[in-house]
Amino acid sequence: MSHQKRVLILFAHPSIKRSEVNRFLFETSRNREQVTLVDLYGEYPTYEIDIDKEQQRLRDHDVIMFMFPLYWYSTPAILKEWQDLVLEYGFAYGQGGSALRGKSFICALTAGGAEKAYHTEGYNHFTIRELLQPLEQTAFMTGMQYLPPLALFGARTAAEDGRLKQHVQRLDRLLSMLVAGNLTDIAPNDSLTINQYIDNIEAIDP
Amino acid sequence: MTEVFVQAFIYLCAAVIMVPLAKRLGLGSVLGYLIAGVIIGPITGLVGNETTTIQHFAEFGVVMMLFLVGLELDPASLWQMRMRLFGLGGLQVTLTTMVIYFIALALGQPWQMALAIGLVFSLSSTAIVLQTFSEKGLGKTDGGRNAFSVLLFQDIAVIPMLAFIPLLALSELHNVSIESSHGNQHHDTMSLVAGLPNWGAAIVVLGSITGLVLAGRFLSRPLFQYVAKTGLREVFTASALMLVIGIAALMSLVGLSPALGTFLAGVVLANSEFRHELEADIEPFKGLLLGLFFITVGAGINFQILNDNLAIVLAMALGLMAIKALILYGLAVLFRVHASNRWLLTLSLAQAGEFGFVLLTYAVSQKVLSHQLAQLLSMVVALSMFLTPLLFILFDKVIQPRYKINKAGGDTQSVESTGPVIIAGIGRFGQVVNRLLIANQIPTVVLDYKASQVDNLRKINVKSYYGDASRAQLLETAGIDEARMLVIAIDNRVKAVELVKHVKQNHPQVEVLVRAYDRGHHYELNDAGADYVISEVYKSALQMGGEALKRLDIHPFRVEQLKQHFTAMEREFFDELFDSWRNKGDKVGFDQHYHHLFMKFQDQLTEMMQHNPEDRRSGAERGWTPPPKDYLDE
Repeated sequence: MSHQKRVLILFAHPSIKRSEVNRFLFETSRNREQVTLVDLYGEYPTYEIDIDKEQQRLRDHDVIMFMFPLYWYSTPAILKEWQDLVLEYGFAYGQGGSALRGKSFICALTAGGAEKAYHTEGYNHFTIRELLQPLEQTAFMTGMQYLPPLALFGARTAAEDGRLKQHVQRLDRLLSMLVAGNLTDIAPNDSLTINQYIDNIEAIDP
Repeated sequence: MTEVFVQAFIYLCAAVIMVPLAKRLGLGSVLGYLIAGVIIGPITGLVGNETTTIQHFAEFGVVMMLFLVGLELDPASLWQMRMRLFGLGGLQVTLTTMVIYFIALALGQPWQMALAIGLVFSLSSTAIVLQTFSEKGLGKTDGGRNAFSVLLFQDIAVIPMLAFIPLLALSELHNVSIESSHGNQHHDTMSLVAGLPNWGAAIVVLGSITGLVLAGRFLSRPLFQYVAKTGLREVFTASALMLVIGIAALMSLVGLSPALGTFLAGVVLANSEFRHELEADIEPFKGLLLGLFFITVGAGINFQILNDNLAIVLAMALGLMAIKALILYGLAVLFRVHASNRWLLTLSLAQAGEFGFVLLTYAVSQKVLSHQLAQLLSMVVALSMFLTPLLFILFDKVIQPRYKINKAGGDTQSVESTGPVIIAGIGRFGQVVNRLLIANQIPTVVLDYKASQVDNLRKINVKSYYGDASRAQLLETAGIDEARMLVIAIDNRVKAVELVKHVKQNHPQVEVLVRAYDRGHHYELNDAGADYVISEVYKSALQMGGEALKRLDIHPFRVEQLKQHFTAMEREFFDELFDSWRNKGDKVGFDQHYHHLFMKFQDQLTEMMQHNPEDRRSGAERGWTPPPKDYLDE
């Protein structure tokens, strides 16, 4: 048994009150041992990100998670601003920039489109894994292990279709596994998402 | 004169010692006053017969209390309670009178006496009940409201009772003819209606009430505005007292109950912007007079009579309370008062009240009751009043907790989170704050000491009240106990600091947001415990500085960044400057140190703001920056 990992969740939703899925993911991530949950829009309502504070947070954790709804095939603006400002030369990359090396990186996102839309034949033309390639490369560039994303497709109808509860449980499971540190070693690197993997583990080890 | 001082000192001393003690022991202030009265009266004999005279004077506290109750109740809510007032109140008085009448008959009293006793005992104590309600915050509960309707009906019913009692006069006690007495008048020798035919009296009475309502509606505002403009607080207090006493006088002159008259005036003024200030002014007088009244009740207990008839007085008091409680419980069921409120109504009104004393005295003077019997009944009334605080304690400690457990849950949370915000000072600053809150459906109570300002705001439908927010009393009436937040935007710097200290000390649950005049004031407010302080012109000055930079051709986004960094530096230095300010020993030394620090701050600020492409970590440049040119060759 490896020792417990510390997980940093950077949560970006501009209006939690109106959220249909992310607020439940937010609630599930809240008040957990070893997990720090940062509401970026709440902490920096005017986008004035405190670079030093954020860099210290990164140093203090082993797993970095972006939690967000997919906006135009990318993160909400504040999460991009966070990357631009916090992942400085000399900190995250370049000369002396090794602060993130050895950590793990994962996205937990929700998307409006159905799963079948995120395929070469679908109307979104690319898989979610392909669309997130800038983040995958960022992880690579900063020396972090990239895990396939936890994704909820068709998020707008997830509650009505009864898929929401299952997904919240999936996140719960994922966070426990990340903290326990028994996921990073056996990451399924070529899957489109990590969903299937977690579901299977759960089937074996309820 | 010396005697007056000594007497006053004895009363005050007893109250000052006993009331806090009783409160600390959880007995409530009313019991404290009563015990204080017993100690200085029957036990030590420090005060004597004058208590009866003082009691008549102190009864005026009840009049003031009803004025205050009226202020809390606007005409619309009074209209809403008409069913309970006449239904519940009417039934309570009728049923109690009847039951006691039959019991007295069964015990062998003549029917006239029995009826008089029934009337005396049907009344409850407005003074004790309302005082305890306001102390325990029960006035707004369903039980409290219902109890209030009953009390109000009783206060109205006293008047016909006073008219009716002379008709019961017994022939064997009938030495003085009824005709020589003043018809429906009791103590008063001055009267506007004496000697008038019935229709004339009716016209005078109706005219007075109409005049009262119209004057309250149309004359009070200009009057209060005129007084408020002088800015003399004591004159405002004087005018508030003048109003209450004037109405009481008028009502007595036309043979109506002063309490009822001032209650009516209170209702008429309930929507006035001067409401909170009036409350704050009358409140201390009311409190003192009521306290005095309770002391006299305690002091008036005659141990001689009580000792001789202990068993019978005790039995009568307990029996009376049981009967009244039973009837109230039945009525509470009938009028669908539920849960703890049903018990509150039952227990709170089970005593006989101060109007009972009045009726007894009157009945004796009208030869309806014998002196000995009246004295005995007086003891029963007093004893039942004495026992009432104990019933409240029973309600507090036993009944209410039982219902609370069942109800605990999410509900209370949401009520708390929408608790009102009090805004003190509604000048240019407070107005913006208020508009933002109101626009988001957050209820606010706005206070300002400028009557003209309040008037202007009222014209655009902002709920605002005239008054000096730095007075503790006014804050109480504005609801600081239930408030979540206080925004202070008053001009007077010293008062703002005092206000912060007062609120943080006495209402620590209230968040205090304050506008500071300048840096020194900012520190003072911080020191006083304010939760959030903002310097009044800082933001706008920064905005203006930024605008100047923009017009000097600095890119708008860069200007934004510069402003942000300026603020960040300010924050960093704030603590250091604050410490220096706080530890100022000798004035000269402090000034030097502070100036030194301030210069250092300005230097560092300039340094940071200068564009230095080599130092990529320098503050103002710390936005997105490209890696070095040779980065790819590494």
